Amino acid sequence: MQTERTLGGGLPPALRAGVLRRLLGQGIPWGSLTVLLLLIIAAIGGETLAPWDPNALNLANVFKPPAWHANGSFAHLLGTDNLGRDIFSRIIAGARVSVTVALYVIVLSGGVGSFIGLIAGFFGGVVDAVLMRLADIQMSIPSLALALVMAVVLDPSFTTVVIVIVITYWTWYARIVRSEVLSLKERDYVALARVAGCSNATILRRHLLPNVANTLLVLATLQVGQVIVFEASLSFLGLGIQQPDVSWGLMLADARSYMTHAWWLITLPGVAIMLTCLASNLVGDWLRDTLDPRRKQR
Amino acid sequence: MMNAESPVVSPQSPMLLKITNLQTRIAVRDGTVHALDGVNLEVAERETLGIVGESGSGKTMTGLSILKLLPQPGGYIADGSIVLDGVDLVGVPEREMARQWRGRRVSMISQDPLTSLNPVYSIGDQVGGPFLYHGLVHSRADARQAAIDVLRRVRIPSPESRLDDYPHQFSGGMRQRVVAAMAIACQPRLLIADEPTSALDVTIQVQMIELLKQIQQDTGVGIIMITHDMGVAASMCDRIAVMYAGRVVESGKVRDIYHAPAHPYTQALLASIPRLGQSRDRLSSIGGQPPSLLNPPKGCRFAARCAHRMTKCETDDPPEFKMDAGHSSACWLHEGAPHVP
Amino acid sequence: MIRFMLRRIGLGGVSIVGASIVIFVISRLTGDPIVLLLPVDAPPAVIEEMRRTMGLDLPLWRQYLIFAQHAILGDFGNSYRWQTPALDLVLQRLPATILLACAGLLFSISLAVPLGILSAVYRGSWIDTFGKGFAMLGQSMPGFWVGLLMILVFSVHLGWLPAFGHGTAKHLVMPAIALGWYPVAAQTRIVRSAMLDVLDSDYIRMGRSLGTPEWLLVCKYAFRNAAIPLVTMLGVYFAAMLGGAFVVEVVFAWPGLGRTVVEAVFARDFPVVQAGVLLTSVLFVTANLLVDLSYGVIDPRIRHAD
Repeated sequence: MQTERTLGGGLPPALRAGVLRRLLGQGIPWGSLTVLLLLIIAAIGGETLAPWDPNALNLANVFKPPAWHANGSFAHLLGTDNLGRDIFSRIIAGARVSVTVALYVIVLSGGVGSFIGLIAGFFGGVVDAVLMRLADIQMSIPSLALALVMAVVLDPSFTTVVIVIVITYWTWYARIVRSEVLSLKERDYVALARVAGCSNATILRRHLLPNVANTLLVLATLQVGQVIVFEASLSFLGLGIQQPDVSWGLMLADARSYMTHAWWLITLPGVAIMLTCLASNLVGDWLRDTLDPRRKQR
Repeated sequence: MMNAESPVVSPQSPMLLKITNLQTRIAVRDGTVHALDGVNLEVAERETLGIVGESGSGKTMTGLSILKLLPQPGGYIADGSIVLDGVDLVGVPEREMARQWRGRRVSMISQDPLTSLNPVYSIGDQVGGPFLYHGLVHSRADARQAAIDVLRRVRIPSPESRLDDYPHQFSGGMRQRVVAAMAIACQPRLLIADEPTSALDVTIQVQMIELLKQIQQDTGVGIIMITHDMGVAASMCDRIAVMYAGRVVESGKVRDIYHAPAHPYTQALLASIPRLGQSRDRLSSIGGQPPSLLNPPKGCRFAARCAHRMTKCETDDPPEFKMDAGHSSACWLHEGAPHVP
Repeated sequence: MIRFMLRRIGLGGVSIVGASIVIFVISRLTGDPIVLLLPVDAPPAVIEEMRRTMGLDLPLWRQYLIFAQHAILGDFGNSYRWQTPALDLVLQRLPATILLACAGLLFSISLAVPLGILSAVYRGSWIDTFGKGFAMLGQSMPGFWVGLLMILVFSVHLGWLPAFGHGTAKHLVMPAIALGWYPVAAQTRIVRSAMLDVLDSDYIRMGRSLGTPEWLLVCKYAFRNAAIPLVTMLGVYFAAMLGGAFVVEVVFAWPGLGRTVVEAVFARDFPVVQAGVLLTSVLFVTANLLVDLSYGVIDPRIRHAD
């Protein structure tokens, strides 16, 4: 699945001119990129953009339907919930949480995972065996179950959510990096480079990085959606983000009791999740198809 | 849907296979590849025709065209006729091709015996299959018996006991025989062997060639042997067609081709084979590359690499000129001889 | 073959032991369960006494060994809420979860396999695009949300299906769909990719050149070869269903293992949580193990190798 980029230089392929041109030439998923951009804007500028304080109660204004409905108004674009809180503002606030969680998770799991994969591949032997068994053990406990166990002892919070999701996903990165390191070790040109006096660090940077960077980038992008869904599930169960913070999953949990007369409460946050996921999947697929030309043939 | 004209079989020489002006194209993103551009070939019963040439010359594509198994999407036959046993295959619809022709009247053996066999099915299942598909037997038991018989013919020892074995339990040479068995199961009239010896060691190569000759003697099957190995071609074939860039540039009896090669390409090809006893420091090769078939050049395709190039060669495509009995060459050097029809 | 099986079983055992250690360690992380059991103003002497009886004054590794000893015999202690053995409680609920997981898996492969095969056979056509699009949409909708939406439409508004509970096939439909929904995309991709690999292979081409009818090529010869990666997929996704069942059970109040554990978490019922999670892990590992072992049946090459 990899196109090899080796002796040509250590720049991550995404920065090289040729690849940029290819990226721009391939049906760019504008819609998805816009969605992701909006998400990031919401995350950064959330508080200023939201028309209302997400936690502001307004008991006079409960269960207002969205603006396009007969009883709705443009003051509350997407309606209000059982406590009169503005849904639109809450969705923006939830976006912020989702993006933050996704960012932390991807950076941490990617970093930790890659590092472990590196060590396992590089040193081989016992170290490798131990680390891989560790990965097996992690994979033998369903991540939600792990989250449950943690929740018994630690009060659920932003931190626990991040920890649980990182523990779930690090193995993906570890395996990719490890297998790349292992195959690198077999290559003649690495032996040659070593003979020529290159330090291990240089070898890793110039030969490992370019080959692995593509796959990791695609993986990270695809995982944005998965992480957000996972976080939503945790929050929905009550094991994730807690009040007064806002999470889309939490909004759905709250909405359960009011399904019969406030359909927008149970629908709209889910739509937000869906659009984000869709966007991340489409962008991830697009990246995968452009960065690895061999796959396009299918 | 038969060809509107009467079958192109001249009364003097009942040709088993006659290919006339075959044009095979492949539509790709950047245009159309002219994989075969006017190929003419003939094979008689009990005769072995060798097709030699470098990679990309169209040898395999010719075999695929006869079977109408062109690469999809994009492959198609644009023009020409392929007349086998009096029927023009170009007009035969796909379902009929599968039921009546492929594996029944014309078969193909390809290069790698390991990958040609399905690893998760027994060879009994795979060898017995063709009998059932073409209605030669109607029960599994009969198919098994027929499989045993044909495996015996290709000299697999104790076939009854090996029927339920899997391909990976056979050696390379035996696997190639199994593949041959599948191909000759229904007694085809024409057998296309695409580089059948390339994946084998030399000793097994000899056995394979012997086997094919034996089969030809027993059943009268016509064989097209596609190869890049001139030595194999010499030991096996009665006639040879030399292909270059989608065309047949020279064809004739083996003896004529080897001792009196007419076309400059054939001459260069033969000259590049190292021979024992030669004292040369460097291997001679033909400089340059075959032309792209995406936009075939005007004029003779070999012109760019030809030592005998004339001005005419760069603008006009030479037709095949018949020189003497059965020996033709597509080169302006041989102008003056009557065209091959 | 035997060696291969033994090795796999050994590795599976290691995983389970490891999982049990992890579960044990995490549940001891915040120190004293004692404080949860005794009233706040209990005198220190009583606390000490309790600690000693419960063996909580021993070093952690010894505590673990005791835990493991008991666990193997099926003794996880009694649930804090109901004074019944935790394992029994959990085992009672297990069949419901397995039923749900199987139903979910069945639903997802009944969509993914045909979609994947069609996408592969008609690659590049509108069928292929449609299949991929449909699957991608599925992957963007979290299962529990799909469940909630279905309840909204089919229970609240249309009244066709019951919103919760179990007992009849009608009760199973929505939870199974909610559970099996999410992986359809990934499974379709796997099926498609496996079929494409096989359809491009030399032996399929050989079969075609021998006049094998196309449908036989696809359904018999190609599929059997493609089945090998598909079986892995089944095992992996059954395990995933077990995990996903937790949330779906909560949404639909399905009386399974998942819901029990979730409730136990909020009630701080350690023994039940430990028993439930460990049991899930054992199932998980066993499912994967069975998948690996089944290779020997499907792929004759492994059967004869050693």
